[in-house]
Amino acid sequence: MNWRAIWAIASKDVSVALRTRAVMLPLLIVPLVLMVGIPSVVGLISGMANQMAAAESQMADLTRAMPPEFASRYAGLNDVQAGLVYFLVYLFAPMYLVLPLMASAVVAADSFAGEKERKTLEALVYTPTTDRELLLAKVLGALIPGAMVGLGGFVVYTIVANLVALNVVGMLILPNTLWLLLAFFVGPAAAAFGLGVTVIASSRVNSFQEAYQIGSLVVLPIVLLVVGQAMGAFLLSNWLVLLLGIVLWAADAVVFFIASASFRRTALMARI
Amino acid sequence: MAEDAQVVITTEGLTRSFGDNVAVDRLTISIRAGEVFGFLGHNGAGKTTTVRMLNGVIAPTGGGARIFGLDPQTDGARIRARTGVLTETPALDNRLTARATLEYFSDVYGVPRSLRRQRVAELLERFELTKRADDKVGGFSKGMRQRLAIARTLVNDPDIIFLDEPTSGLDPVATREVHRLIERLSHRGRTVFLCTHNLAEAERLCDRVAVLARGRVLATGTTRELAAELNRGHRISVEVDTDATERALALFTALPQVSSAAVVGDRAAARNGGTLLLLNGVARPDVPPVIAAAAAAGLNVYRVEPVDSSLEDVYFALQGQ
Repeated sequence: MNWRAIWAIASKDVSVALRTRAVMLPLLIVPLVLMVGIPSVVGLISGMANQMAAAESQMADLTRAMPPEFASRYAGLNDVQAGLVYFLVYLFAPMYLVLPLMASAVVAADSFAGEKERKTLEALVYTPTTDRELLLAKVLGALIPGAMVGLGGFVVYTIVANLVALNVVGMLILPNTLWLLLAFFVGPAAAAFGLGVTVIASSRVNSFQEAYQIGSLVVLPIVLLVVGQAMGAFLLSNWLVLLLGIVLWAADAVVFFIASASFRRTALMARI
Repeated sequence: MAEDAQVVITTEGLTRSFGDNVAVDRLTISIRAGEVFGFLGHNGAGKTTTVRMLNGVIAPTGGGARIFGLDPQTDGARIRARTGVLTETPALDNRLTARATLEYFSDVYGVPRSLRRQRVAELLERFELTKRADDKVGGFSKGMRQRLAIARTLVNDPDIIFLDEPTSGLDPVATREVHRLIERLSHRGRTVFLCTHNLAEAERLCDRVAVLARGRVLATGTTRELAAELNRGHRISVEVDTDATERALALFTALPQVSSAAVVGDRAAARNGGTLLLLNGVARPDVPPVIAAAAAAGLNVYRVEPVDSSLEDVYFALQGQ
């Protein structure tokens, strides 16, 4: 493996992607909305409801399906406070996965299809890299920012959620085991999944937008997780998150097998 | 495939089809080290596809090739480490500076770290980009982009340089610079594979050329050899008085040694009140009797010269135009 070339390509992809508005806007806006905006609004509403001691009956409905450890850990909270903790710790957990998944997909779309669109791919395929080195470089160039955005989002969310919880509940709620699993095990798997799907999509399309749109479709299963949990179909527990991570990593293996089979410079160049 | 120590590129029956379209059709060529080899053809003749196959970035559908004795399909990376390819479009990332572009490709090509800074500085200097080295490529003119693309092609000091339409869209000054570069590369013993449809460029720079049409090589050789195939030396130009043009044309056309005669524009002759006639089919032994017949008919003959076939004549003759 020519690691110098791999690192040169990966670091160049990261640095130029971060200077591209079409890449940077979603990388800034989505984390801000998800990790700062929504928990802040929920905290604001909860704080007002807590002061007015209002809507307790609805909160009771919402927190009915909480796990047993929840009741013991947060004993003594009123319904509004328990509802807020439930939202911030459990209900919002699947939404977090949007972050690494979206970040890696958008950088991968720029790195693969964007390179085709800008007609810079041809110069790269004439370099003495092998197909495997080229793929690995491109994957690292998208995976690293995807994982970093995921971890950064986790840190930001932990701060925001704790500030909100301190204000309403009077205690720190994160990190817990579930969120540590999400951030360090499931999040990187989600980043790899978004990346792998975008790599496959990029080999079949010729523009950044097309690749990004196809890559973004992988967000849909996460929406199902959020809706399913909100409707009480299941509740994310540590074991369920661990299982989700294992399933995602297994899916990554399949996706990357397909991606590596489709990533042949001879096939790419035959389409240019 | 027989290997010669001096031969760096050989192909035998190299073919590439895209569906029903045969882009390169049974290409068989051999190129020696240090040669400037012209690959001539219209757009879509198969030049770029050939370059891609020779560098192992697309697979042939028939035949084979050897570069430095290596098979591009199995040893593509090793071949590409010793080649440089200027693609038809500059293929530059507008978001990088000129310096960052060259440093990036130096790393990808594995230029030793101790040499990288010096090599990049030299290339920037040689291609007159030093003053704009830290500007983003997106703000560069077409000529500057092309110069930077050529500099990138040389970043690994390649043994074979593939140049795909290197002067396309360049102004005369930039074109002259590219021509000088090719001459310098040739003097340094580098092999240059020049894809072009600029016939004057090929005639000036190339040791040998191959003329390509619809993926097939129509002829290969030096310009002189190709011209010889087109009855080189069997044409002469004759300058006569302008007011005797019609009479001269009638006389020459009637001579058995002349297959056809026509007026060709010539400013030097016109300034002196003369007209230049081109007589076809006149072999060297036929020249004295033809001129004698003109003199006998009272024509004043001021100038008689053999006319060589240019590469342009050869090219269009081979293309059937």
